[in-house]
Amino acid sequence: MTTPDPSQRQEWMGLLARAPAGRLAALMPSPLPPHDVLRAPEVGAVMVRGRTGATGAPFNLGEMTVTRCSLRLADGSVGHAWVQGRDKDHARRAAIADALLQGPLAAQTRANLLDPLAAEETTRRATRAAKAAATKVEFFTLVRGEDQ
Amino acid sequence: MYVAVKGGERAIDNAHGWLAEERRGDPGVAELSVAQIREQLRLAVNRVMAEGSLYDPGLAALAIKQARGDLIEAVFLIRAYRTTLPRLGGSAPIDTAAMAPIRRISATFKDAPGGQVLGPTFDYTHRLLDFKLAAEGGDFPPAAALPSAPAPVPHITEFLNRDGMIEVEPASDATPPDLTREPMDLPTTRPLRLQALTRGDEGFVLSMAYSTQRGYGRTHAFVGELRIGTVAVECDIPELGFAICIGEVEVTECETVNQFKGSKTEPPQFTRGYGLTFGQNERKAIAMSLVDRALRWQELGEDFIGAPAQDEEFVLMHSDNVQATGFLEHIKLPHYVDFQSEMELIRRLRGKALTQKEAAE
Repeated sequence: MTTPDPSQRQEWMGLLARAPAGRLAALMPSPLPPHDVLRAPEVGAVMVRGRTGATGAPFNLGEMTVTRCSLRLADGSVGHAWVQGRDKDHARRAAIADALLQGPLAAQTRANLLDPLAAEETTRRATRAAKAAATKVEFFTLVRGEDQ
Repeated sequence: MYVAVKGGERAIDNAHGWLAEERRGDPGVAELSVAQIREQLRLAVNRVMAEGSLYDPGLAALAIKQARGDLIEAVFLIRAYRTTLPRLGGSAPIDTAAMAPIRRISATFKDAPGGQVLGPTFDYTHRLLDFKLAAEGGDFPPAAALPSAPAPVPHITEFLNRDGMIEVEPASDATPPDLTREPMDLPTTRPLRLQALTRGDEGFVLSMAYSTQRGYGRTHAFVGELRIGTVAVECDIPELGFAICIGEVEVTECETVNQFKGSKTEPPQFTRGYGLTFGQNERKAIAMSLVDRALRWQELGEDFIGAPAQDEEFVLMHSDNVQATGFLEHIKLPHYVDFQSEMELIRRLRGKALTQKEAAE
């Protein structure tokens, strides 16, 4: 087991949290690797904050549902997950993936799970961005009377 | 005197049974699924999330179904559910400048860097009923797409900021007050007002904003920028010791630019109003930014002209539709004893008045 670089771990934990629960389940089908649950999947809320005028003092915008889970694999790797929504299987799978990515199966997990999830997220974003771009206004100035 | 009244259980059970039947409507018509509401009534879902103060489209859709489309009732259901959730933490403030907007317009700068992006808007539609939608299985072409390289879309107020033309928002990382945890204390601070406004009733906030436009506390607002899109939510994870992205929320943000003639300490410059709501909710976000600006009169050294939108007690104590509904509708519940005492009082007074009248005649 190696201690992962926090920035890499931040990246994959974020990707696992944003992934659609159904996709995670399809890419990590049961049976899941054996694990001891340290904190059973728990649904709660996180208060989402904004900033006054986008850059000023923080204020409370409202909460969002979040499910968290912690567990340990047989090899001793500990995985954590905090994922949006109320899907306990999503949190459990994300925690298992977090643990796997710190152990001997890291390369395999990256290739089979993270890479497809990252590619799908990129496609989703590109699709939305392309639809938005198609609605971008191209201004043209009409010839005005005084210009003639 | 309080007298407990028992009875009515059977009537209540039967009323709720009938309610369930009425909710379902004609069984010959297919039942609505929660997923259909979530996907096809998304603006209703957004409103319930914003005013329910809980971002969870599936729950908001369920609440709308349960409430038979009564959105304030749905907000009430979400608020009640919210109180059962443990609070796991507070997020870092979302970075709306990092948003990839699906809609972004400015009424102040035509050639804003990043462009004017209309997005999926009702603007420029003719508001004619579309009877094609009444026919089922309507086909429509897929939305046009124009593949493009992602580019940063900076806030428009940033450009005004560079020239000192607009007030600077003092940066801070103070933990904001939370009106869901501490009762609201007047006078409030701007972060508390923004929390109250973003969960406030859309109709109320809209009317308050409209009143400022009509002259009751004029704000001279331009929409400097309106943007809609998803932003990452990051939260410190105690077991890790660092922050991670825990998901994404769609938000609408509105920054208004307002006239300001200057005061004893400040030179003339533009001032800001700010609106931010969950979901695609631009009427609410624009209204919120106007009301935010109107409520800032004291801080900016402006005159209080007695306009309702300037009065924070008036605005903040009446903006919450769950509170308002609770107090309004409680008067329909049994008040038999209260009313009986009023009847007796009126009878006594009438008796006295009649006796005096007879004596005078």
